[in-house]
Amino acid sequence: MSRFARWYGANPLHLLALVSSFALTGYAMVRLFAVRPLAVALWFVGAAVVHDLILFPLYSLADLTVLAVLRHRAARVPRLPWINYVRVPAFLSGVLLLVWFPLIFALSTPYTGATGLSEGGYLGRWLAVTGVLFGASAVSFAFTVRRARRRGADGGRRAPNGEGTAR
Amino acid sequence: MDRDGRPPPDPSGGRTGARPRRVRPRLLRMRDRLGRARAAVAHRATRTAARLRAVVRRARQAPPPPGPFRPGFWRSPLRGPWLTSVFGLVLLAGIPVLLVTGLLSYAAYNPGLGPPDDQTPDKGVLGFYLFDWPTHPYWLYRLTQGVHVTLGVTLVPVLLAKLWSVLPKLFEWPPVRTLAHALERLSLLTLVGGAIFEFATGILNIQLFYVFPGSFYTLHFYGAWVLAAAFAVHVALRLGRMARALRSRDPAAELRTDLAHTRPEPPDPDHLVPAAPRAPSMTRRGAVGMVGAGSLLLLVVTAGQSIGGRLRASALLAPHNRDPGSGPNGFQINKTAAAVGVTPAHVGPGWRLELHGHGPALVLTRDRLLALPQHAAALPIACVEGWSTADQHWSGLRLTDLAALAGLPHAGSVLVESVQPPGPYSSVLLRGNQIHDPRSLLALRVNGADLSIDHGFPARVIVPANPGVNNTKWVRRLTFRA
Repeated sequence: MSRFARWYGANPLHLLALVSSFALTGYAMVRLFAVRPLAVALWFVGAAVVHDLILFPLYSLADLTVLAVLRHRAARVPRLPWINYVRVPAFLSGVLLLVWFPLIFALSTPYTGATGLSEGGYLGRWLAVTGVLFGASAVSFAFTVRRARRRGADGGRRAPNGEGTAR
Repeated sequence: MDRDGRPPPDPSGGRTGARPRRVRPRLLRMRDRLGRARAAVAHRATRTAARLRAVVRRARQAPPPPGPFRPGFWRSPLRGPWLTSVFGLVLLAGIPVLLVTGLLSYAAYNPGLGPPDDQTPDKGVLGFYLFDWPTHPYWLYRLTQGVHVTLGVTLVPVLLAKLWSVLPKLFEWPPVRTLAHALERLSLLTLVGGAIFEFATGILNIQLFYVFPGSFYTLHFYGAWVLAAAFAVHVALRLGRMARALRSRDPAAELRTDLAHTRPEPPDPDHLVPAAPRAPSMTRRGAVGMVGAGSLLLLVVTAGQSIGGRLRASALLAPHNRDPGSGPNGFQINKTAAAVGVTPAHVGPGWRLELHGHGPALVLTRDRLLALPQHAAALPIACVEGWSTADQHWSGLRLTDLAALAGLPHAGSVLVESVQPPGPYSSVLLRGNQIHDPRSLLALRVNGADLSIDHGFPARVIVPANPGVNNTKWVRRLTFRA
């Protein structure tokens, strides 16, 4: 038992669970890959690659860039971290785009013919939603700035060790 | 090994003993050989194992390659077992619902009836649970498939957040520590690949963006089983760790923690918590809230296409968020007549309904059908793509009456064939329980008007709780079977 654990790296139940899972995976994969094996495999692995090695680096880089800009400007007023007022609407607009991009960019050829509905208009709707999100974010940031200023004006140093000192 | 196991062809000479003379030496020699072979194999195995261990040791001692393989690369102060577990908990609740509703949808297509309904004839044991899809309650498929699609769309931000939270693990160094570790990583590849594959194919299919390699039906079905296998083992192996991580922090306190007081989680054995975290620019409640807001937003811009009514217009980005027209036939269309190649010539005055069953076939004109006793039913159209309509008021002939007319009042199934050129769902088998439900109709009219050509004029099937595409339009032949 302990010799097995040393050799395998976990207890036998771990192996049992994985082997039974692989049995089912194999059974399903034989059928999944039955018709166009290469293309399906490409999709299956490609799905993870596109996310892990393309989508993730892209959004991380965008976030880090904004963060760096924030850092360089941090000394100037307003001393409030505004990154989340960009990050949140960008994230929300981004997930909408990620899910509905075929309709937004009118990529689906059969859509109009099949449903009797026009495919135009989705781009406009997405842009409008994005505009509303960033607009709402800007308004809420303006309120935060005003509140902070007012607090600074009548409270002086009494303000809690707030956002400005977070970094 | 095989060679050693076979007895030698010529047993000769040997020692005497209690056992038959000719067998003993053979046995001994075999035992001898076996022993030697075993020793050689064992020797080789220990040598290989030692060499492997040396390689692993060397790899472990070698510094990781630069970039994401270095622990200092990952600096988000929010990554940690608690945050991962919060997202994991949501997926633990959501993904089983997706699997169950998905498998229900598979059953709803009646693959157990064989062709043409069965598009996965090699399903084998994966169809072990199949049952006769019921017609009660009539909104069953509308509910299960609406939940399946809407929930799937809604979970996208959570899936992304979960993957973000564990991404450093993709680059852990050394890449393989033990056999257990290697197997688990292989299983994680099928988990992540399977999850993204299922979400991607589903989301592309509901937008009719058919870029995936093959039939959506088979890809999404078999892909679901790959995901289910990996998901089950992942839950089995990580449930305890998740529960411990969730208990490690008080959610109420987490909700009160502002940015100034946000600290990284304590170091964890899985190294999710970065070694050199950046100063936080977002609270944990902010991160969870942002992901939740993403889900909520997707829910709002999607759910209306399944709920219908006034909420349909709220589904700003969903494919079926507005009606294609007005009037009695102004409700959602899955495939227009033109899209599947049905022309007015197919359904003009020359159209006839053929009724096959026991005895000679009956051929009926539409006027003749209208002269027979008409029945009404209020039923929705519910599509596998997740959208559905409110109840429409259909009228026409009961399928059970047509079965009796065809001479098979207790028909066990009916093959419904459309005038549309051969293609997906141009013919379909319905089961006995679907034929004999009094609300199952061969509809001729809807909402007080004749069917429009896009809704299946001159006659279409409508069955309670049936997936939309199995409610065949432009019916030309009904073949009842015992």
